[in-house]
Amino acid sequence: MENNASFTPPKRNIFPYRIQIEERSDEAPKWLSPALTLAALLVAFFITGILISAVGGDALYTFSKMWKAAFGTWFALSDSLTKAIPLIFCGIACAVAFHMKIWNIGAEGQFFLGAFGSSLIVLAPVVPAESSPWVFIPLMMISGMIFGAIWGIIPGFLKAKLGLNEIISTLMMNYIAVAWNNFFLFGQWSYQGFQMSEKFPQNALLLRLSDIAKTYSIKSLQGMALHLGIIFAIITAIVIYLIIYKSKWGYEIKLTGDNAKAANYAGINIVRNTVLVMALSGAVAGLAGAVEISGVVKRFQGSISPGYGYTGVIIAWLSKLNPLLTIPVSVFFGGLIIAGREIQPSGIPKMMQGIILVSLIAFDFFLNYRLQFVRISESAAE
Amino acid sequence: MGLFSIIASAFAGGTILLFGMLGGIFTERSGVMNLAIEGYMLLGATISYKIAAATGNPWIGLLAGIAAAALLGVLHALICVTLKADQVVSGLAINFVGTGVSMVLGANLSNLIGQVNLLPTVAFPALQKIPTIGEPLYIITKQNIMVYIGLALIPIANWYLFKTRPGMHLRAIGENPEAADAMGVNVNGLRYLYTIIGAALAGIGGVSISTAIYPGWFSELTTNGKGWICVGLVIFAQWNPIRGALGAYFFGLLSRVIIDIKLPRMLLGMNNPFFFVPNLTYFLEMAPYIFTLVVMVIGANQARRKRIGAPAALGQPYSRGQRGK
Repeated sequence: MENNASFTPPKRNIFPYRIQIEERSDEAPKWLSPALTLAALLVAFFITGILISAVGGDALYTFSKMWKAAFGTWFALSDSLTKAIPLIFCGIACAVAFHMKIWNIGAEGQFFLGAFGSSLIVLAPVVPAESSPWVFIPLMMISGMIFGAIWGIIPGFLKAKLGLNEIISTLMMNYIAVAWNNFFLFGQWSYQGFQMSEKFPQNALLLRLSDIAKTYSIKSLQGMALHLGIIFAIITAIVIYLIIYKSKWGYEIKLTGDNAKAANYAGINIVRNTVLVMALSGAVAGLAGAVEISGVVKRFQGSISPGYGYTGVIIAWLSKLNPLLTIPVSVFFGGLIIAGREIQPSGIPKMMQGIILVSLIAFDFFLNYRLQFVRISESAAE
Repeated sequence: MGLFSIIASAFAGGTILLFGMLGGIFTERSGVMNLAIEGYMLLGATISYKIAAATGNPWIGLLAGIAAAALLGVLHALICVTLKADQVVSGLAINFVGTGVSMVLGANLSNLIGQVNLLPTVAFPALQKIPTIGEPLYIITKQNIMVYIGLALIPIANWYLFKTRPGMHLRAIGENPEAADAMGVNVNGLRYLYTIIGAALAGIGGVSISTAIYPGWFSELTTNGKGWICVGLVIFAQWNPIRGALGAYFFGLLSRVIIDIKLPRMLLGMNNPFFFVPNLTYFLEMAPYIFTLVVMVIGANQARRKRIGAPAALGQPYSRGQRGK
């Protein structure tokens, strides 16, 4: 809200200039976009600080405590990176869809269905419990992607064929996904009546740093939760980057996002691309669920996400829809989630996420418009 | 008697959606997308409950809830109207802010359940004296005051939108801002106004949850997606308050029925599957969300056939001298 003040014209006799807003005719300089992102982050922290003080907290102390909790030790770093893994996937999933101006807010539901899909392999069971990891892991990942993709295709199809607003349909799919998982959680797959399944066999779990510590007896890695999923996430980021920025299909997606009418005249099949993009987006978010189940949760259970899918929206926006940039941004947000466990009230990280996003889109204004200071006398003469 | 209490709670549950839906209609008629209803609602619910608890007066809580939601509406208007940012992303961002601020401010509110003065319930015991229809009428009319305020608001909103001069201006700035501007209507000023009014109405919806109809504060589950159902209802309503009200009360009925259907042992002469296999009820819980999808498909199809669309300038910021941008 800080920047609001600058738009109201100041009193004339004190300040002999008038602020005029005009649209940029040229491309904004290259340094401007990252500079604005940085400024937006600073403003977001500033506003959060004010709000924390307003509810009676000590802002600086809270921030330093958050930093320590998130990145202060090697263990904290490992935890933050572990939290970053599903965020990278969800950020990429949102970025893919946003490139085509499809507002997929359903990464959360697709994440849940991905978790369901990967658990299906173990719990159905599709393959026997003694199978090797080389059977388990690929099957679980693929199954998670398939179920995530299905959860993306449904709203994609509704949008492409019936013109249904995808924001609402993907959101409704999120609520449906949670109920769907709960059905299995409290029924067939419930372990001794608990709201969770039996623990998965070791071979169905992704390799963790603590496993490496055990095998090679490296003391310093003991108890660290970071798992193989981080490699999967980085590979996914690179692959999606190549698809979006280097392939013909990626060009079609971006063109449709920029100007759907022109894309239609150019012969691009928008209906098909809408469904395909939602499938890809859903598959990536589904992979997040599969990786989280296999790498962190180790069983099928409820409340596996503190809103990874929704945070993915902010991550995509903060990284300017660039899949590679989702990696550092996700580490930052992973730290924010970890820090949230340590500080009171626990809602602060969630509030910060919102403020960061608001601040970001507010600062994007300067990418498209510039402020000009015009002397009052000059403008009067015109 | 069960039937009448179901009807009564359909009105109660529908009232919450009604306020949010009306807020959506007012904002979107002016040409500003309103995806932030969930955030407004949760903030309204949180603040009103907190203030009602602090002051002991639910009416002050109501006002505070409205003010808080309206303040969030100012932020949405600032981003959409002044800064001309993408209204979809702004709506999402406002939701995050509303939810986050509610989480921070509401930290200890869930301990207060049952200790907060609520907005009053209105009942007409005199009705019971009428033979036969008296008892049902009494049950149906025994409602929280917010239900009556909501009922009264439907014709007022409809009259304002379609029969008054400010209502005509409101529709004009959403359909053809250039023409409205040429007529001397302050397009961006009115967009601010209606974005804030829309936020305030959604805030009232939130107040009706926490301090009136379903008292208490349960973090994000207080609203649990009701605001998003309102966004769907606005589309089903084709931006028409009366149609939207019917949809809202129907959803109120639906959400009550899915609670009641679990209870009896027998259903339609068969063993009730939801009674004997309780986890089947998770499929029932999907119903409101699936219905939102169905209702939107119906709304979209009818609108296409009758050529009623969204307000033509919906989602487009307005600057003088630039078309379509």
